[in-house]
Amino acid sequence: MELILSIILGIVFGFALNRAGATNPQNIINMLRLQDLHLMKAILFAIGLSSALLFILLAINYIDPAHISVKTAYIGVIVGGLLLGIGFAIAGYCPGTGLASIATGRKDALFFTLGGLLGALAFTLLYGWLKETTPLFNEIAGGSVSLANTQNEKYAHLIDMNPTLIGVGIGIAFMAIATLLPKSIVKN
Amino acid sequence: MIKSVLPWPLAGILLAVAFLAAIAFVKPIGVSTQFVIFDGIIWDLIQPDTIVIDETAKTGFASPNAYLNKSGGKYAHSIANPVNYSFIFVISMIVGAFLSVLLKGDKPHNSLEKAMPPVWSDNFGQSTKKRYIWSFIAGFIVLFGARLAGGCTSGHMMSGIMQTALSGYLFAASAFATAIPLALILYKNK
Repeated sequence: MELILSIILGIVFGFALNRAGATNPQNIINMLRLQDLHLMKAILFAIGLSSALLFILLAINYIDPAHISVKTAYIGVIVGGLLLGIGFAIAGYCPGTGLASIATGRKDALFFTLGGLLGALAFTLLYGWLKETTPLFNEIAGGSVSLANTQNEKYAHLIDMNPTLIGVGIGIAFMAIATLLPKSIVKN
Repeated sequence: MIKSVLPWPLAGILLAVAFLAAIAFVKPIGVSTQFVIFDGIIWDLIQPDTIVIDETAKTGFASPNAYLNKSGGKYAHSIANPVNYSFIFVISMIVGAFLSVLLKGDKPHNSLEKAMPPVWSDNFGQSTKKRYIWSFIAGFIVLFGARLAGGCTSGHMMSGIMQTALSGYLFAASAFATAIPLALILYKNK
């Protein structure tokens, strides 16, 4: 059953990435150089809508809190994010859109993915040494924490308020920013 | 008729459906881990003792490599069993993008665009070799960074922030802190 779901959900996600224009590095780079924020508006709206609906569905017990998975916050999240941003700007691809873009006939996406496989291997080989010798894996603010209570006992939360209110509030804020954000900040 | 690229509210709704449905039915979407799983499958083919059966490990699998062995052999387990939810999901994502293109989705318009976006050729010329080398280097940096961060744009930024995860906010702020200034510096023409 899980495998059938993985096929359906994966196809929906790949389809959505293509239809959002995220499999075109032109759109990613134009978003990052603030010339065309179409994709940024779509992403912010998606985060806002899914966040609001997630916390509503959690509150009425339509989503099992066991499905929640809050990733740990540690120094490496920041350093890794800074690194990812560099490659993101150079190529106009991230791991998911790079793979999906190969299917749309983009050859640079194939080279990006091959580089990615080597980068992931390099990290796999260096992990033990990095963990022993650097503070990269030191946790921040308790590690696996969310702002709102997700009802999953594995994860602590930072704001002790009604989680539906926080989730929906943040969700609406993201959707409002998506709507108010101009289509372009830097003109040609 | 659906447009090749949807207006942003529709694109947003479609993406939201994908991310929400994934959590509702199974678990949050993530992609970059599967690069490690794919590497591990190849590595284990070349060097069969990379993944070993270990009754004492939480997942029943272990590896001499610290990363593949972490969390009770979580990655080692997935490498030994490639037909698992997350790996099939990522392969299906590629199929989904392909199906979208078949249904008149967004694709490169000419042979130059198959190698590089116009913004690249406007700034760095039409050499495909140069674009491929830099795409390879960028891919290396992106996946190294994603694995160091424990997730990428889908896992940290989208799935993370929708669950109000602190790590998601930290990751998104960090990624855009380098991506936006660098894009502004790199792509000055047109």
